[in-house]
Amino acid sequence: MAIEGKYNLREMLACNGSRMLEDRKSVFVGTGLPMIASMLAQKTHAPNLLIAFEAGSLGPVMRELPISVGDSRTFHRAIGASSMHDVMSLSQAGYIDYGFLGAAQMDVHGNINTTVIGDYSSPTVRLPGSGGANDVGSFSQKLIIIIANQSRRTFVTEIDFLTTPGYLDGPGSREKAGLARGTGPYRVITQLGVYGFDEETKRLKLITLHPGATLEDIKENSGFEIIIPDKVETSYVPTEEDLRLLRQEIDPIGMVLGK
Amino acid sequence: MHVLQEGTGELVGWHSPDEARRWVLENKSRELKDKTMSAKEAVSRFVHDGDFIASGGFGQIRISMAIIYEIIRQQKRNLTLAGKTATHDCDMLIGSGCVNRVEVAYAFGHELRGLSPASRRMAESGRCKVIAETSNAGYQWRFLAAMMGLPFIPSRNLLGSDTGRHSSCKVVTDPFTGQPINLIPAAYPDMACIHVHRCDIYGNAQIDGILVEDIELSRCARRLIITTEEIVEHDLFRREPQNTSIPFFVVDAVVEVPYGSHPGEMPGLYWFDEDHIAEWLRISRTQEGTDEYFQKYVFGADSFEAYLELCGGIEKMNYLKRRAFYREPMKSVSYK
Repeated sequence: MAIEGKYNLREMLACNGSRMLEDRKSVFVGTGLPMIASMLAQKTHAPNLLIAFEAGSLGPVMRELPISVGDSRTFHRAIGASSMHDVMSLSQAGYIDYGFLGAAQMDVHGNINTTVIGDYSSPTVRLPGSGGANDVGSFSQKLIIIIANQSRRTFVTEIDFLTTPGYLDGPGSREKAGLARGTGPYRVITQLGVYGFDEETKRLKLITLHPGATLEDIKENSGFEIIIPDKVETSYVPTEEDLRLLRQEIDPIGMVLGK
Repeated sequence: MHVLQEGTGELVGWHSPDEARRWVLENKSRELKDKTMSAKEAVSRFVHDGDFIASGGFGQIRISMAIIYEIIRQQKRNLTLAGKTATHDCDMLIGSGCVNRVEVAYAFGHELRGLSPASRRMAESGRCKVIAETSNAGYQWRFLAAMMGLPFIPSRNLLGSDTGRHSSCKVVTDPFTGQPINLIPAAYPDMACIHVHRCDIYGNAQIDGILVEDIELSRCARRLIITTEEIVEHDLFRREPQNTSIPFFVVDAVVEVPYGSHPGEMPGLYWFDEDHIAEWLRISRTQEGTDEYFQKYVFGADSFEAYLELCGGIEKMNYLKRRAFYREPMKSVSYK
């Protein structure tokens, strides 16, 4: 049922993000593609995916794409509409399996930046800052990161600002800093492929390549060395049903997917 | 306790617990009295140049726009803003030049709509100074510590990050586990404005849908202005006390403002005015456009009703009501 060449990159990112979310698990969702991926997961393989939003929504089944992580679309058919204190406390206490975020810059250990581009005291671009990202990255059992434009400017040896902790300096450094044991980045999805982290070194490691992308593309579009395993498979390819759901039900005006 | 790290961010709005208690004893009346007044009076009485202020709701959802416009109209200056989940509220206050210092959990952005040109321009040119960084949980726990009358609250976020290093938090060795733990200092805004679905003349308020961090903010703010979609009879609160989100004795002013979150959403009542938000995001790409917007919609409108008329009046409000209940489809608008 795969239809290569018939989907755009954002649809590819959304579908791959969606496939990572297991049924009967919980996910803490950020703005944009993570919302789309979570809605798609509920409509396909994970109808019992427990979604949480930082502003207070627990367990929604969304009917329309929210604009904000705090608008009323986020608590459509939810089991709870409570508060940020409630959701953040539940996260800190260990109830969140997956965190799901976008980022502007990332390093080899999955540390991410959404605060500034350039020098902190006189930035070239001032970005919104952490928002809930630092909390999601600190508290979630497994963090999924989407970076739509992998390049030498986004995959960098040194990020301009460490907004949200990945594996910090490598193995053991999260625990040393006082972060919850066993947490950290799990997957990274870009326009070229899907990555995980090497067990021993906690460095970025390729898992699958998207159709059309090559190992050369992966290397050329990264400022740091990515571990390439012997065997690299092809990423999940959107099905016709995925695309129908994305285009007709989830984002009919292309607010996120059309960008 | 051994201090492992001290954040370099400015500690804004912190008071010792005893100082905070004394302020409450001297300034917060327990008397059940009529607090209704105009937005103009509330702002002139409770917002002062140089204050540290906070806006309730979620940046563009359930925001107290009548108070935000009135702060701009009265040209308050040198305000410091709690940039907690701040989007449209923050962009207005920074873009208008009222706020020139902000502690950032989230600011300068409009979520799915992109970055906010006006406040970004102010930050990148140094006219608005970022005095500290934190996260969303970090901010609401500042309010929680203050609400509890404590100097700080421990947490396991912000650790190991530049966000933490540029915050006003301290990392210490936890005497129970022996591990590093983050301490988030209390924050008492000089003034907070919160928009609610309904309240009585004394300030007892009900909020429908998610509360975001307004339980904490309402109880820690030194002065609290409530704007409300409608003023209802006091007896409603006596009949259903389980639904009271904000009790009257933390409230200083009550202002009735139907559609008072416009162009933001009011859950269960009306949806975002996407046309208006898009107009602002487009026009605020230049300083001239920004000034033009404030001339037309704030200085050019002497009441919230007059402002709503400029935004399309009852016809537009009816559309936003239908949109809230999915009776109108999503509409594509250009934010650039």
